[in-house]
Amino acid sequence: MTRYIVRRLLAMPLLLLGVATAAFFLSHVTKADPLSAIVSERQMNNPEIVAAAKARWGLDRSVPEQYAIYIGNLLQGDLGTSFRTRMPVANDIMARLPATLELVLFAMVFGVFGGVALGIAAARWRDTMIDHAARLVALIGSSMPVFWTGLILLYVFSVALGWLPGPGRIDARAVPPAGATGFYTLDALLAGDIDAFLKALSHLVLPAFVLGWAVMGVISRLVRGSMLDVLEQDYIRTARAKGAGERRVLVVHALRNAMIPTLTIIGHSFAYLITGAVLTETIFAWPGVGSYAVDSARTLDHPAIIGVTLVGAAAFLLSNLATDVAYAVFNPRIGFGGADG
Amino acid sequence: MAEALARARRPSWLTVPVALGVVVVAFWIVAALTAPLWGLDEPLKMVARRLQPPSAEHWLGTDALGRDVFSRTIHGARISLAIAAVVVLAAVAIGAGLGALAGFFGGWWDAAVMRLVDVTLAFPPVLLAMAVAATLGPGLENAAVALVAVWWPVYARLMRAQVLEVKTREHVEAAIAGGATRSRLLFKHILSLCWTPIQVNATMDVGQVILLAAALSFIGLGASPPTPEWGAMISEGATQFYSWWIAFGPGFAILTLVLGFNFLGDGLRDLMDERSSR
Amino acid sequence: MTEPALEIADLRVAFPGGLEAVRGVSLSVARGEVLAVVGESGSGKSLTMLGAMGLAPRGALVSGSVRLKGEELIGARQARLRALRGDRIAMIFQDPLSALNPVLPIGEQIAEAIRLHRPRMGRKEIGERVLDLLALVSVPDPKRRAAQHPHEFSGGMRQRAMIAMAIANDPDILIADEPTTALDVTVQAQVMEVLARLRERLGLGLVLVTHDLGVVAGVADRVAVMYAGKVAEEAAVDPLFADPRHPYSRGLLGSVPRIAGGATRLTAIPGAPPRLGAREPGCAFAPRCVLAHAACAEEPPLRPAGSGAAACWAADEPAPEPEAEAHGETRHAVTGAPLISVRDLVKEYPLGKSLLPWRAAERLRAVAGVSFELAAGETLGLVGESGCGKSTLGRSVLGLIRPTSGSVTFRGREIAGLPAAEMRPLRRHLQMVFQDPFGSLHPRMRVGEIVAEPLRLLGEVGPKAAAKAEACLERVGLEAGFARRWPHELSGGQRQRVGIARALALEPEALVLDEPVSALDVSIQAGVLNLLADLQAELGLAYLFIAHDLAVVRHISHRVAVMYRGRIVELAPADALYSAPLHPYTERLLSAAPLPDPAAERARRRIAPREPESGGAASGGCPFRAACPRAAPECAEAPPLLARGEGRLVACWSPG
Repeated sequence: MTRYIVRRLLAMPLLLLGVATAAFFLSHVTKADPLSAIVSERQMNNPEIVAAAKARWGLDRSVPEQYAIYIGNLLQGDLGTSFRTRMPVANDIMARLPATLELVLFAMVFGVFGGVALGIAAARWRDTMIDHAARLVALIGSSMPVFWTGLILLYVFSVALGWLPGPGRIDARAVPPAGATGFYTLDALLAGDIDAFLKALSHLVLPAFVLGWAVMGVISRLVRGSMLDVLEQDYIRTARAKGAGERRVLVVHALRNAMIPTLTIIGHSFAYLITGAVLTETIFAWPGVGSYAVDSARTLDHPAIIGVTLVGAAAFLLSNLATDVAYAVFNPRIGFGGADG
Repeated sequence: MAEALARARRPSWLTVPVALGVVVVAFWIVAALTAPLWGLDEPLKMVARRLQPPSAEHWLGTDALGRDVFSRTIHGARISLAIAAVVVLAAVAIGAGLGALAGFFGGWWDAAVMRLVDVTLAFPPVLLAMAVAATLGPGLENAAVALVAVWWPVYARLMRAQVLEVKTREHVEAAIAGGATRSRLLFKHILSLCWTPIQVNATMDVGQVILLAAALSFIGLGASPPTPEWGAMISEGATQFYSWWIAFGPGFAILTLVLGFNFLGDGLRDLMDERSSR
Repeated sequence: MTEPALEIADLRVAFPGGLEAVRGVSLSVARGEVLAVVGESGSGKSLTMLGAMGLAPRGALVSGSVRLKGEELIGARQARLRALRGDRIAMIFQDPLSALNPVLPIGEQIAEAIRLHRPRMGRKEIGERVLDLLALVSVPDPKRRAAQHPHEFSGGMRQRAMIAMAIANDPDILIADEPTTALDVTVQAQVMEVLARLRERLGLGLVLVTHDLGVVAGVADRVAVMYAGKVAEEAAVDPLFADPRHPYSRGLLGSVPRIAGGATRLTAIPGAPPRLGAREPGCAFAPRCVLAHAACAEEPPLRPAGSGAAACWAADEPAPEPEAEAHGETRHAVTGAPLISVRDLVKEYPLGKSLLPWRAAERLRAVAGVSFELAAGETLGLVGESGCGKSTLGRSVLGLIRPTSGSVTFRGREIAGLPAAEMRPLRRHLQMVFQDPFGSLHPRMRVGEIVAEPLRLLGEVGPKAAAKAEACLERVGLEAGFARRWPHELSGGQRQRVGIARALALEPEALVLDEPVSALDVSIQAGVLNLLADLQAELGLAYLFIAHDLAVVRHISHRVAVMYRGRIVELAPADALYSAPLHPYTERLLSAAPLPDPAAERARRRIAPREPESGGAASGGCPFRAACPRAAPECAEAPPLLARGEGRLVACWSPG
């Protein structure tokens, strides 16, 4: 088992280097001229300004040199400077990270619990109305465009019914709760401000629901599948032959085994969360990394969009690594050559 | 044996959802092919007053430029289905091709392809698509290229795994013992048995590609404004927040079409399971 | 006889669509009695027992009556059934790996069986009971073993753990569903011994469901033979083996190859068991029966015949003389230069990848230096238990696996390690028949295409190849019409015949047969073995016949090689090897092989193994040293394969 984890850890830096190289390739060797994004059209005719811009962004060097500089900067945590905000991309991302993490965390909790529960129920009452209803809910979750669902829900609950606040993390003129974590809910709680906490929570409800639903769809389908697989195994029959009741069969024998693939599913659902977060944040005017990415992409702000992509990839890789390690720890069979490699 | 028997009695793939999926997908394909013949308003022309709510004349109302939302929604199927078909076919051709060769030949070629796959799959799909599309510049074609870049590794990995599995089956060994040539082995004895999971995945992915393509257009990296593309239309609807009907039509269209493909893919998967357990 | 503890009456198990897989079965077992339920796959034997336990698969409809000490189980409340299952009536299954929960320790799984029925028993008490149970089924070092997970157990140990779990609450009835089918012959003997001992010690009633007549001969008191969802014959064990009344029982007994017997032709039962749902009215066995007559259009009831009962209208008629033609012509001494000659063949596999690229990974020697020769027209049997390297050896000979070192020559020409392109033209002389008759046929090719496929090697395609393929099919007993069928439309035996036809298409000189009959039912197996004998006599083929079944190997082979841990430990003419084995491992194998003869089986003494079942591989020296009753200091050096008179080779310092 240790062997397996060590091998995965060793592969990490190589993968990250590959990711960085791909990012460099995207930002430097494509036909889009980054100059046109930096320098306005009229100034393009001014050779001095163009040369200065080239020197400033390192565009006058050879490609291998640029690559070396790029990787060197990356190692120092320098993702370049945004064309749009004129700020270091890394700073921009850090400033917006808490908003995204708070949203993703709430969505994850909803999606994981809802998905696992729905998946188990569907497997337990296979081919009944419960199964069909769960399947429909799940499939709608993974079939809906989140940017549209968000829009419709905002209209219904905020405009038509007035039950929930509009877009944003807090009310338009409110002051964000001060605090160390950057999670408005947590900061408000730490400050003992229940009113601000409830406000922050009410702003979270819709985006977290929309995002969580999309994830829930994926998780519940896969949990149902792995539960059904497990329920057909011989050892389930053995448990029944011992005289175990249905609930015990389901909870002790089936769930423990189905949890192993489920764990992987949950870990890997991070990809869906990121995809969903980018679009959900845009609709809900959520000041997170996702909406930063979209704004950067819209304005062709290359350093920013590629910086976000790199950070996203790194986070994605790390979450997958953590998942696989957890899988190895959970599964008694691994490390004996079973699921290795 | 007894379990297999009990299962074989029930054609589990032929269910209401699958039938529904077939109907919905068929509807949209027909709509896409015959949209100009429906006698609808021109999707690009101003035909009524701006921002009219749904009425008997304009079922889904009119948008900010006075265009008929229903007509634009129906015409939107042409773009979404076309881009999804092109992207999935290209991703399958590239991915499955590379994956099959990697699985069959192994060695450095396999290593090279799989590292490229690993790196590509290390990116969260939407971010990679956005980065590629932003790099290439806005436009439907560039969005399609970005989507292919995101999707090919999925098929490469799937096909490689499939080839590796089929390669170890006894009938392949039997073919080697019978003196089959390498190309005969690959094409007749291995590849002919690798397509089913690819087909299931491709069916499911058509839906996902439609979703992501619409997302790119929504962000402004896909179809440009006058085009009746669903994502772009929702984006327009988002700016006219209180005229909810502008976004409703295209969004509902995406939901039904993607749901249709997912139902279909689910049914195909069950059918495949049933076949393989026989 | 005492009152039956389990009484099954007119049990039926049906699936939606009117498919009745079990059609009115009545059986009974008393405490302390062993009932064997014997039948081939699809006979409904397992389903009968699952139905009686209330464990039939989803969608199955179970009707009839099952009484456990007088209490009716069919229609009983779920809670009551649960209380009885695992307490008064318990069951163990064929594949002990999949039947044990992979994430729970063995001890925990046994403890659960106790806790479910003895909720008031203390934790400590249960722990002790678990250890007692493991000791009772002869699991060494129970304390350490109880904490381990199923994947850390060997096959035999897993089955013992299953048994321990099943007897945890001292049940009245233990149902064992093919308990040893997944196990090697020596392990099988040990597990059967555990079961027989438990019957005596605990006095439980044992139902032994199996397809193998040999397994039951020594332990069963009564035998019920099932066919097509019904009991065909039921009798006490001795009369059943000595004087079977149902033609199916006779056929079954006649088609088992005997270790003791010579090479007499097996009496194969023609045809195949009816498929579920495709059954004609009347006696289900009539289409395959030599005694079938007009009365068989009506299904016969089970009625007294001899000392038991048989469901046959002709049960009182004498058995027809079997057409006993010996295939002596294939057994004459084979002379001439060797066709295939194998020298010091070694095949190693790396065990995983080394973490450090400059250090070589550990290697497993699947074949550790094997030499033998195969003459034209000869059959060399290669026996050994699973994992001994026999299949790897067979594939290495054909170049399907590239050997690590050593030489293989065909007609004097070196073929080991030949590049694929140079090997290809030679393939027409050396063909292979595979174990899995379904997996070895391309599922999307018609039978005719499959058989014609190798003819491409000769550049033959189209009608000419198709005609040749049909000729090959006819040669293996399949009419030309089969050419247009798909593999999934055929029965197991027919598929295996297609595999043989494909191997014959190129008119080879030698065939490597890798467990060609082990996936087939006994009655089908006999037909395939007869076919192989006929083909050899007709075409002068040489066979390298790989199998784990000692009786099958003896039946077909001129000479037999016994493999153990990658080496040949003994090689001798078949008759000599079986009548007087020289290597201690051969002795052990033979003593463990079940004999389909109750008297002989009860009389024999088994050699108790000395070996901890898994691991403990001696590094260097004789591989059998750790398990050998004759182990001596000199065994620290590996003995070479040396001649011991009349064509015999033994790798042992002190051959018996």
